[in-house]
Amino acid sequence: MSRRVTVELGYPGDTRDVTVEIPDGEPVPWQVPDRFELVGRSTPRVDGAMKATGAARYSYDIVLPEMLYGAILRSPHPAARVRSVDLSAARRLPGVRAAIEIGNDQARFAGQEIAAVAADSSDIADDAIALIKVDYEPRRFAVTIADAAASGAPSVFSGSNLDKPKISSKGDVDRALASAAEKIEATYVTPVQTHVSLETHGAVARFDESGLTVWCSTQGIFSVRDDLAVYFNLPPEKVRVICEYLGGGFGSKFGARPEIVTAARLAKEAGAPVKLMLPRGDEHLATGNRPNAEQTVRLGADRSGKLVAIDLVQRGSGGVGGGSGSSGPFKMVYPCDNIRTSETNVYMNAGPASPMRAPGWPQGCFGLEMAMDELARSLHIDRLEFRRVNNTNPVRAHELDLGARAFRWDDTKSALAKQTGTNRRGIGVACAAWHALGASGPEATAIAHRDGHVEIRCGTQDIGTGTRTALAIVAAEELGVPISQVASEIGDTRYPFSLPSGGSMSAPSNTPAVRQAAAHLRDKLFRIAAPILGAAPSDLEARDAVIRVRFDPSRSVAFKTVCRRIPGDSISAQGERLPNYQEFRPDQAGCQFAEVEVDTETGITRVVRVVAVHDVGTMLDPLTSRSQVNGGVLMGISYALFEMRRMDPALGLMMNPTMDDYKLVGPLDTPKIDVIFLDVRNGGTNTGVLGIGEVVHVASTAAVACAVSDAIGVPIRELPLTPDRILAALEHA
Amino acid sequence: MKSDKPKKSHKAALSRRSFLKGAALTSAGAMAAVASLSHLKPAHADAPMPAGAVERLGPGPAPIELKINGEVKRLSVEPRVTLLRALREHLGMTGTKLVCDRGACGACTVLMDGRTVTSCMVLAVDARGREIVTIEGLGNPARMHPVQAAFVVADAMQCGFCTPGMVMSIAAALKRNPKAGEDEIRQSVAGNICRCGTYPHVFAAALNTARGFGAGKGNA
Ligand code: FES
Ligand code: FES
Repeated sequence: MSRRVTVELGYPGDTRDVTVEIPDGEPVPWQVPDRFELVGRSTPRVDGAMKATGAARYSYDIVLPEMLYGAILRSPHPAARVRSVDLSAARRLPGVRAAIEIGNDQARFAGQEIAAVAADSSDIADDAIALIKVDYEPRRFAVTIADAAASGAPSVFSGSNLDKPKISSKGDVDRALASAAEKIEATYVTPVQTHVSLETHGAVARFDESGLTVWCSTQGIFSVRDDLAVYFNLPPEKVRVICEYLGGGFGSKFGARPEIVTAARLAKEAGAPVKLMLPRGDEHLATGNRPNAEQTVRLGADRSGKLVAIDLVQRGSGGVGGGSGSSGPFKMVYPCDNIRTSETNVYMNAGPASPMRAPGWPQGCFGLEMAMDELARSLHIDRLEFRRVNNTNPVRAHELDLGARAFRWDDTKSALAKQTGTNRRGIGVACAAWHALGASGPEATAIAHRDGHVEIRCGTQDIGTGTRTALAIVAAEELGVPISQVASEIGDTRYPFSLPSGGSMSAPSNTPAVRQAAAHLRDKLFRIAAPILGAAPSDLEARDAVIRVRFDPSRSVAFKTVCRRIPGDSISAQGERLPNYQEFRPDQAGCQFAEVEVDTETGITRVVRVVAVHDVGTMLDPLTSRSQVNGGVLMGISYALFEMRRMDPALGLMMNPTMDDYKLVGPLDTPKIDVIFLDVRNGGTNTGVLGIGEVVHVASTAAVACAVSDAIGVPIRELPLTPDRILAALEHA
Repeated sequence: MKSDKPKKSHKAALSRRSFLKGAALTSAGAMAAVASLSHLKPAHADAPMPAGAVERLGPGPAPIELKINGEVKRLSVEPRVTLLRALREHLGMTGTKLVCDRGACGACTVLMDGRTVTSCMVLAVDARGREIVTIEGLGNPARMHPVQAAFVVADAMQCGFCTPGMVMSIAAALKRNPKAGEDEIRQSVAGNICRCGTYPHVFAAALNTARGFGAGKGNA
């Protein structure tokens, strides 16, 4: 049975009554007037002490009795046929316990997996790798888009290296551009970026009577389990995947990747558990990247500054993988009547792309927002005003106001107009968007124990966003108990099913299942409490660690006292994540402002300050959410100023597969970051919680790049904005 | 060395770490060789060496003693084994993280005689006779060091993989100067890389410690 309820959704100043139909047993969605004990207040992450003391056990930290260490041999050639692999010398080395061929008869990038060994120590494994003899027949290769797209280029697979363009079109872009009062056309170039998760990819695998158990660094324990079950032809329940703590993923750790399968194969062959965690260099070569992009953007506007046409012709490549599109922002951020995008994926002999934090969006946003700045200048419109004029999302309109005020856009602009000297400051603004994602499927169990402590079990994982904390906040809120009384158990396929963590899907997919489970558990506890209080279960509420009569709070009994009456050791209840019902908005907005200072003598850029304004659905925890915004902003600065996979076109090799040569933003590059949240009760689910990992990263690079161009007075259309590029741009200015 | 893969093409090249690993077959030899290549100077190059002493170790495992968090640990390692791997793979102390294995990220930071070192750049045999303090030596979840507690309160962590190294660097800085200001704090973690971008909260945690309950009350 289901029921209809009317809830007030939105944020103070803009709310709307929405009638939703929800099944019985589903709690009423959180709405605007709701007051909370925990939701929306800063809660330190519940596993913080484990992480701060080094007690948290990551896959990298798993040690099992008799455990061996694995290593992988990778192709040194960007393209080669593998004629033969000779493992005999490696096998003869004392301490080597297994050696296998991985089975790639073609190497298509330098770093492709060829063979693997397991040995008594990691040093012996490395020694054994050096003893493997491979007979390669090197082939011609291409490691840049230009080389791969040239006529007569060597095929990475077979046939053309270019996929058919993916075209999407609405309205009549050509006509609108022809009649536009003002237009610009320019090409914007972004590099390949690698994920550089601090915990490398890998796994510890063990076969025993119960089946296969794998501890791995993954964003999706259940998808790894299902992949392994297929690979080893085991029933899924014979495969257990555990990821208690995960040292970063950013989109690169989905599914049973080659190193996970290899660890399990070695364990099977050696008859002993094997740990195979990749060395740092392999991370840059073979575990994924954000593809590069060349985006030719044409924008047209009328006299009033309204966009009339957006046109994108893009091609991009991450190497041997697909998925280099970047059209998202062009379609979603400034929707106008005429929009056309064409995206072409190019294959080249380099490590494969994989999803990376808001796949396609930071590069798309860079191209779009740089073009917006260039068009605003030719229209002689203030760049922020130009965005306001073309923004159609009321949430973002509000955010632009909040941000402009906090950033002091107008004052800063007038102050900078008078600046003199060789250090030049500039400001930029860029808009973000993301889909309000989240999906049905996840389940959760809530368990109350006789000692009064509550356990939440959900087979999700924590990529660093604070999943345990989010689940505990929701459960504690629903049960009216302090968060210290709730333990979140995640990261094990023995717990109820959940989805991979990516696309900002975890919080909106898992919290509704947990809230439902907690609500069902609370109802069971009400049935125990009702006779004690002489009231009907439906007249009870749970708050402040007591269960009490709603209309007579003086009649109450402590939560723990009720738990002591639990027959047996515990009682439990299930919850599931239902499909979305009506929501306030199907998307997230957001905007970021940046001020930079460029030393025009050295070309060195420093980001001075950033203001980030984001709507987050129902705000669960401002403290951990702020951590995510800081991270999104800093990763964006890193992409704007430092990061680039450098390929040598003559050798076909990556020149900087280390953390010394592949530069990441560091503590000394960190600006002041002000974060403003807009708490929007979004409905859609019983919590209305949204993920924020992607949306807070979308606009960061663009805002910095726009600010740099503003500082030096000429656009730089290629990332990263290294000193040499800045000096060259100044020279030609 | 691992991070130089693909190996075959680089095999002939002498990397900084394989050089150190090879040279350390005799400590005295390593000292002499290192002295002539000053840009390769490792963190432990100022170790006192008795004049004329030549000690032969390896290439097989040799028994050594290390003093870690106040306790003497006996283990048997090949001379090429780094302090980081000795901690993680031989002593089961996995709080110290392995990330880059070449001194570029700070995740493996420990204290050696009170100074921060990247333990991936120190050979275990060269850590003999030194006072080593690891993240486990600062505190545990039930009894945290003030800096660890401050990290939790300020949420100075996301995935947490850089966190032990960050904590060690901050704890050392605040031990040196309990009233350290933001510039000094930033400098103290300049070599600690966090891919999750947690730096602002790390600074906040350190400043809270400096302004609040002070540092240096733990074992460091
Ligand atoms: S692991 Fe030692 S500095 Fe990175
Ligand atoms: S918290 Fe993830 S690397 Fe620092």
